[in-house]
Amino acid sequence: MIGRQKHCIALEDFSREEILQVLDLAVSMKEVLRRPIKKVPSLRGKSVVNLFFEASTRTRSSFEIAAKTLSADCLNWTSASSSVTKGETLIDTARNLEAMRPDVLVIRHSAGGAPRLVADHVGCAVVSAGDGAHEHPSQGLLDCFTVRERLGTLEGKTLAIVGDVSHSRVARSDLHAFPKLGARVRLCGPPTMMPSGVEKLGCTVHTDLRAAVEGADAVIMLRIQHERIGDPLIPNTREYSKLWGLNARKAADWLKPGALVLHPGPINRGVELSPEVADGPASVILDQVQNGVAVRMAILYLLAGGDAAEAKA
Amino acid sequence: MSDVTIIEGGRVIDPASGTDGVRAVVLKDGLVADVAERVERPSGARVVDARGRWVTPGFIDLHVHLREPGQEYKETVASGARAAVAGGFTAVVCMPNTKPVNDTLAVTELILARAAAAGLARVYPCGCISRGQAGEDLAEFGELRAGGCVAVSDDGKPVMSPALMRRALEYARAFSLPVAVHEEDLHLVGQGVMHEGAASTRLGLKGIPGQAEEVMVLRDIALAELTGGRLHLQHVSAAGSVRAVREAKRRGLQVTAEVTPHHLTLTDEDVAASGYSTGLKMSPPLRSAEDVRACVEGLADGTIDCIATDHAPHSSVEKDVEFDAALNGVTGLETAFPVCLALVRRGALGERRLVEALSAAPARAFSLPGGTLARGAPADVAILDPAAEWTFDAAATHSRSSNSPWKGRRLTGRCTHTFVGGRLVHQAGGEAR
Amino acid sequence: MDAEQIERAVGRLAQEIADRARAAGAADALAIVGIRRGGVHLAARLRLALTRLLGHEPPVGTLDIALYRDDLSARGVAPVVGPTDIRFPVQGKTIVLVDDVLYTGRTVRAALDELVDFGRPRRVWLAVLVDRGGHELPIAADFAGAHLQVADGQDVQVRLHEDGQGADVVLTTGRVP
Repeated sequence: MIGRQKHCIALEDFSREEILQVLDLAVSMKEVLRRPIKKVPSLRGKSVVNLFFEASTRTRSSFEIAAKTLSADCLNWTSASSSVTKGETLIDTARNLEAMRPDVLVIRHSAGGAPRLVADHVGCAVVSAGDGAHEHPSQGLLDCFTVRERLGTLEGKTLAIVGDVSHSRVARSDLHAFPKLGARVRLCGPPTMMPSGVEKLGCTVHTDLRAAVEGADAVIMLRIQHERIGDPLIPNTREYSKLWGLNARKAADWLKPGALVLHPGPINRGVELSPEVADGPASVILDQVQNGVAVRMAILYLLAGGDAAEAKA
Repeated sequence: MSDVTIIEGGRVIDPASGTDGVRAVVLKDGLVADVAERVERPSGARVVDARGRWVTPGFIDLHVHLREPGQEYKETVASGARAAVAGGFTAVVCMPNTKPVNDTLAVTELILARAAAAGLARVYPCGCISRGQAGEDLAEFGELRAGGCVAVSDDGKPVMSPALMRRALEYARAFSLPVAVHEEDLHLVGQGVMHEGAASTRLGLKGIPGQAEEVMVLRDIALAELTGGRLHLQHVSAAGSVRAVREAKRRGLQVTAEVTPHHLTLTDEDVAASGYSTGLKMSPPLRSAEDVRACVEGLADGTIDCIATDHAPHSSVEKDVEFDAALNGVTGLETAFPVCLALVRRGALGERRLVEALSAAPARAFSLPGGTLARGAPADVAILDPAAEWTFDAAATHSRSSNSPWKGRRLTGRCTHTFVGGRLVHQAGGEAR
Repeated sequence: MDAEQIERAVGRLAQEIADRARAAGAADALAIVGIRRGGVHLAARLRLALTRLLGHEPPVGTLDIALYRDDLSARGVAPVVGPTDIRFPVQGKTIVLVDDVLYTGRTVRAALDELVDFGRPRRVWLAVLVDRGGHELPIAADFAGAHLQVADGQDVQVRLHEDGQGADVVLTTGRVP
């Protein structure tokens, strides 16, 4: 359990305390990753199933390393098709996997709400590794962890999220998590990429990149997916990069000293981020990758850590 | 030998004849023989005690999906007609998007034969606007009309071609057929699965703005003006559509509109609160609180003529899946009265207007018999207990499907008896009263 | 045990550890590791005493054994994990593991497992303030400040002033059911 949460599906449902519980534990988990022997026995005999309906080598690998570092057994189940296209329904697939008695089911799916549907039909803990444009809770938590680690606190800090917010599950998880930890959020991007009513989630919305990033303590640059171009959300990447991409000159002129640059990856170099910024001193993109493992270890540890029914037995 | 039923002691609400008060209703030989404060009791007459209840014209639903032929696992003409009478509906208009679609006499006749065999609610088929519902060529309105179709519609799909829509409105004039339309601009709908707004943003589901409906409503009102055709707007859901209809009526155009019980009572925030429940997925989607308010106001002031359920049965195969993958639609025949009665209880709608919107108004919109208890009208009657509390139990539903937002919910208001042509075709709980 | 007895016990422990380390030729390679939470303050006190006795300051670290427990699934909730902090190379060191109370030996077992994940120490000694008996594993203290005979249902609590709970004291109490 993470506080009252049996699952990790949406940071919208998480309280400040529940978010902090994961972040604080992730500090200890990150220490484990720095040891000569990067393995602790705490989830020995537990099993984690990665059920991925969308290709995502990096997120799947991150969960796999997290599980293995905690000594859990890890099974990867990838499915190119989902029930949206054909064949076995999602509920059937989940029930089949549950028959193998996993302790945690990690699910990535192209349809928003799929992890919740699975959670309603299985007994084990469910962790969302991203569902449609809904949420990507472990990414939101690792973003919080990364910024908090660098800046010491999120209280009173300002975060800018730049890019295609409408299709971004990362942006939604960040939007739910950062304000709960005391940070203000500014969104920025072309109006065609701003979802309806997003300001009701407690953020300000900007179209001008400079207005959004000036004075911000951290900037999260979202990935522009090529299939969105000509959707027609934006005319082309050239114009996008010119108006909403971050290059060395803009970073030097507009970012305040010490401001961090984050990106959920994989980066479209030269589109949302120029290589100088992606690899520059402000970038904490590789920290995010390592912190992702620590945060996912914390999530798995808390959700697989025994249950009341077993305790009675 | 004549079959006489006397319904005594109930409050008769018959907006068409202006009656509202305790009366006895005499049904004889399939017709309403008398409505009076005092009537004689011929020997052998069946007497129904309706004290404390409402006695209204049988409800008429201009918009149901009975799924036969082709998808009998969801619903049949018989099971749908059974669900109808359980909800107080004595007549339903069934949409043509069956498999195959109802664009030929053979399908129309099959539906009518099944309905006659069931002997429950009156079933009026609605034919297609376009052959195969393909949106290209006109279906044979003349033959469909002759076979018994009372309207044409491509429901489930909008008529995207303005040229086809123009011709449909024009051609239908020859048969006085209303052209009923599902208004959505598919380009604006895109991959949308729910109303576009803060709720869709939080859920990360693709949104459909109310304007996807409004632009088509505006287009078709313009075409109704051009052609002089009878335009019927199905399941109006957006505030802008209500505004457009109000303006069209003010200008005297032949435009009628319906609204569903769910669009009158549920919002996109209910979708969010339900945690992606596919029981709340339908087309058009549940909209904002502001849209709902506009629909209720439009119904109350007569801009929207009537309530239609868009009863759309689906099985678990179509519904127990991801929200994106689930089919659109909810059942509605058995819950329409209590759901809409809640609007009356909170003062948003008058009792007589509610009854009118379920009976006289739909009859008028499609020129159907019934919808009144005037002497000589068909003996189609609903007896309703506005105070009855009950739970809508999926296992006890008469429909073959239970994809309803009100599944398992406590409801207030229930149909206790339904007469079609003077025959008692439904009695709640089966108990004799 | 009162504060004075505890202070004497810690002094005696330090003396014994220093003597044994010198005899083993390990005085220069000595390191102290406290097991969270009870062993941490004790480890700090031992380091202070050993610094005086050895003339140099041995490195000190902290182990949190939560991730090495063997009873995770038997508990209702996952135990709270605190920081483990070992900043010196363990390789070749003579490590003194420090805890307040030795009871079943399971905590020490977990601490040994964790310690070896940081490298291969030359040897590991165990120092505790109180050995209360009731061992469930073949683990014994190399150094014990006191041996107490305590019934199974009872609890031994060590409270040190560093925790802000007043004067040092060792209490034997009936366990809360």
